[in-house]
Amino acid sequence: MAYTLHDQAVIVRQNFEFLDSWEEKYQYIIDLGKSLSVMDESAKTEKNRVRGCMSQVWMCVERTQDGINLIADSDAVIVRGLIALVRNLVQGQPPDVVAGFDFIDFFQQLGLDRQLSPNRRNGLVAFVRHLQKSIN
Amino acid sequence: MPLDWSAIRTDFPALALKVNDHPLVYLDSGASAQKPQCVIDSMVECMQSGYANVHRGLHYLSEKATSNYESARDAVQRILGAADPAEIVFGMNATSLINLVAHSYAAEYFGAGDTVLISAMEHHANIVPWQIAARRAGFDLGVIPLCVDGSLDQEVYRRLLRDHRVRLVAVTHTSNVLGTVNPIAEMTQAAHDVGAKILIDGCQGIVHQSVDVQSLDVDFYCGAGHKLYGPSGIGFLFGKAEILAEMPPMLGGGDMIDTVDYYQSTWALPPARFEPGTPPIIEAIGLKAAIEYIETIGLSEIFAREAELTVTLLEKLREIPSLHVHGDAEHRAGLVSFSLGSAHPYDVAQLLDQLGGVAVRAGHHCAMPLHNLLNIPHHATVRASLGLYNTREDIDRLCTTLRKAQRMLED
Repeated sequence: MAYTLHDQAVIVRQNFEFLDSWEEKYQYIIDLGKSLSVMDESAKTEKNRVRGCMSQVWMCVERTQDGINLIADSDAVIVRGLIALVRNLVQGQPPDVVAGFDFIDFFQQLGLDRQLSPNRRNGLVAFVRHLQKSIN
Repeated sequence: MPLDWSAIRTDFPALALKVNDHPLVYLDSGASAQKPQCVIDSMVECMQSGYANVHRGLHYLSEKATSNYESARDAVQRILGAADPAEIVFGMNATSLINLVAHSYAAEYFGAGDTVLISAMEHHANIVPWQIAARRAGFDLGVIPLCVDGSLDQEVYRRLLRDHRVRLVAVTHTSNVLGTVNPIAEMTQAAHDVGAKILIDGCQGIVHQSVDVQSLDVDFYCGAGHKLYGPSGIGFLFGKAEILAEMPPMLGGGDMIDTVDYYQSTWALPPARFEPGTPPIIEAIGLKAAIEYIETIGLSEIFAREAELTVTLLEKLREIPSLHVHGDAEHRAGLVSFSLGSAHPYDVAQLLDQLGGVAVRAGHHCAMPLHNLLNIPHHATVRASLGLYNTREDIDRLCTTLRKAQRMLED
């Protein structure tokens, strides 16, 4: 494995620091969202739906020999971008490292605190909780 | 002398806020309006020097609070054009008061074979209480359908009135999604012609047009303080005196009784019968200040300005390529729901906020059945709604930020 989860987190933070304005940051998230592979329609089941999100979010997470395999999707592109951010961090990482990682702190460091507010309910908090619960 | 709207704007402290480095553009008054300083002051003053429980004490503060609380009822009576302040019931919001009518009137007097008509454009607050009451009492629900332009199909409405034993029609004055203003006077006449009562959900209606419950001849009309520049936590219901008089209470407690013994009680006269417990005293006093505030500016001036701005808002939105406005009724109020191409409304609303400081609402606006019926992408829309403080500049910023969001989101 080339990078640890913490290495990946540092890379994302550095990428974010290069983006001066909110417009650039959001464009970056949107572009990540557009490039995230689409989840198979048949996997968008009620069982895979993450509740507590204003937009629709689905998640399928597996523990494999090569670490975590996360497949997730949303009908809103900004949420897809945030999912892609999380996926870049956790894909192929050991489950115990993913379970112990402080995602809230990570998003705060990116300045995306408002994405975490209960009012926003875009599911980032619900998403991360769901992810960590599913691999425990 | 023409009104100085930019001075009026400064009455609202929240409008001086900066959001994401932009001066706030508040286009979400349809969800809840900002409050002028006088409303804030009235509530602070009440708590500082005019507060005690109402209808109870014989001391100075109780008398002062009671008199202020009751004069809030007079203020609501004035803007609704009701004959008597006793026809105005306060509750915690409009929803609670629709529930009151659903349970203390519909579920009490209707049963199998009776029908309550709602419309296809109702807010959940004017759907769900009737469903619950219908299950309890066994009456049926009927739905008045929409025409293509987003108005209610009056022909089908009349047919429904003819073909069913309709006891009550519960319909919105103004759609909170489509902006459609319904022909309340005609619909009321048609309901009365078959002996049905009518309840008007006036949450959006009272904010954008003059209402006179006596000339409209409606049986119930409800609204919310927080949409009318007053505080949250207070709603109001007009009910005709003779109907309120026959209705039993929904909730029991203090202040709603005439006599109580351990096994039975008798009820106070309306409106006290429907206001159990300590009411929203401070909120009522804030609502009174809000009503006096809009009366001072002039309701017709406010409505005329909003109508002008609505035309501008619609024109400017329609200039944006692939933006689709939902609802095209001839009579419409200053709230506009739209889709921006195939973009998800949550994405659009987040970018409006983050890149332009523009507050709009995105979602189903508590009207899921309507979004499903119209087959709207993502079952959600973006809604921009006007208040008395909005300007052409607000509309310009909405539209320039929308164009920016569109560039960012397009494939």
